Amino acid sequence: MNKVLMSGNNIIGEAAIRAGCRFYAGYPITPQNELTEYMAEHIRKAEGGVFIQSESEIAAINMIAGASATGTRVMTSSSSPGIDLKQEGISSMAACELPGVIVNIMRGGPGLGNIRPSQGDYFQATRGGGHGDYRTIVMAPATGQELADLTMDAFDLADKYRTPVMILADGMMGQMMEPVIFKKPPPRNYPEKFMLRGAGDGRSKFIRGLLLDPIDSEEHNWKLYRKYEAVKKSEVHCDEYLTQDADMVVVAYGTAARIAKGAIKRLREKGTKIGLFRPITLWPFPERELRTLALKIKNYLVFEMSTGQMLDDVRLALQGYADIEFHGRPGGAVPTPSQLANVIAKIYDKID
Amino acid sequence: MMTKAFFSGFGGQGVLMMGISLATAAMNKGLHVTYLPAYGAEMRGGTANCTVAMADEEIASPVASAPDYLVVMNSPSLFSFQNKVTAGGTIFINSSIVEARPIRQDVKTICIPCADIAHELGNTRTANVVMMGAFIRESNIVSPDIYLKTLETIMGSRKKSLAEINRKAFTAGYDHAGA
Repeated sequence: MNKVLMSGNNIIGEAAIRAGCRFYAGYPITPQNELTEYMAEHIRKAEGGVFIQSESEIAAINMIAGASATGTRVMTSSSSPGIDLKQEGISSMAACELPGVIVNIMRGGPGLGNIRPSQGDYFQATRGGGHGDYRTIVMAPATGQELADLTMDAFDLADKYRTPVMILADGMMGQMMEPVIFKKPPPRNYPEKFMLRGAGDGRSKFIRGLLLDPIDSEEHNWKLYRKYEAVKKSEVHCDEYLTQDADMVVVAYGTAARIAKGAIKRLREKGTKIGLFRPITLWPFPERELRTLALKIKNYLVFEMSTGQMLDDVRLALQGYADIEFHGRPGGAVPTPSQLANVIAKIYDKID
Repeated sequence: MMTKAFFSGFGGQGVLMMGISLATAAMNKGLHVTYLPAYGAEMRGGTANCTVAMADEEIASPVASAPDYLVVMNSPSLFSFQNKVTAGGTIFINSSIVEARPIRQDVKTICIPCADIAHELGNTRTANVVMMGAFIRESNIVSPDIYLKTLETIMGSRKKSLAEINRKAFTAGYDHAGA
């Protein structure tokens, strides 16, 4: 496979189809329309592929839940306000243990906000968004290549833990074009016993999220909890850049991490020792990795395109063992690397 | 070595196409590239701009703090973006419709009446390709051959007849910049 230049939205679509996604439902919203458009054009060319432009976001999430129950690999996508509408369905998929991939190409909020890149949906994504005791695996790609690789991984994780997985990117990741090489995904391995395809002559099977008996329901909640603990144990991913000799580390994910890296490169040229810690999975959050880093580095700057959401997870991870500063650009504002470098330099100068 | 170029104009002028074709050509040459568009909610008449970053190493930020090249296809773009350009950088102006000139003294200005040239060639819509001819000649980021081959591949699948028209438009812009 050759290197091709594609927009992030199209990369997600192509990676999904290559990973075996055969059912996509979605409703248009900027800045992720190119993904819906890509699926409309290409999923039908794959054997058994179905594309539906649904009447609403709520319909789309419930359509993929239904298709997932039949054992099909499924995906839906939207942007912030549209993801709000999908929350009931995501909670339901978590309860019913239905695998599926949900893509959120975040835009400025709250409310309708604007169509510029933003990171204001971190809480919604990592805290579950919908009601009930559930978690969603959340992946935060920062390059075109990662969009492809993590989309493919998302389908495998969704199957492995039978749970919805979210790709959390923003308008810039969705619209930016970068070269990408699509890897060959491993063959799917999803047990027949979890698929509803008509009982035929066998025993009937059912999938449900309604558990009226509180003891049954409690046991189900603990079962989900054990599953999430297993995810926390083995599915954490993060990336470090120039942290070896750093006096201060910037913590940022996705687009913000790209800008931060540009700023750090500039500052390094002036001799400042600054590194970058980039969570790739936002839930589970790389707590242990960050805490290990805090054994030697005591100064952190969290940078987000929000008023401070991942900041909470950094505080929980570091538990007072290091100093944490914050810089935020909410509502669709994206700083240039030189602007951010000025902010970082000011904070760096204050540390002792 | 990192080079960043910023293209701006009205929606419908082919501003994004300029960026995509340059980014793809640079990728074909073997460079690392990012292409970042920004446009309004309108299909036509709104503002459109894009940033192309090209380097022989991994590109951290696709956002340009201070681009080396600025291409302005309409007047508002000149006023909005001329201050972004790095000192010693180059501003390309679509002088067919942009009457103003940069107030900055520390940048090189290249005026190409690309809409007029395109009109003379018989297809006003190729004004952006005329400008790319001038841009490729001045910037030297990719060779004219690589650019034209790339452009043909990008447009090829749907508009085969355009290849020759584009080649003419490109050459006219290229020659104009050298004259």
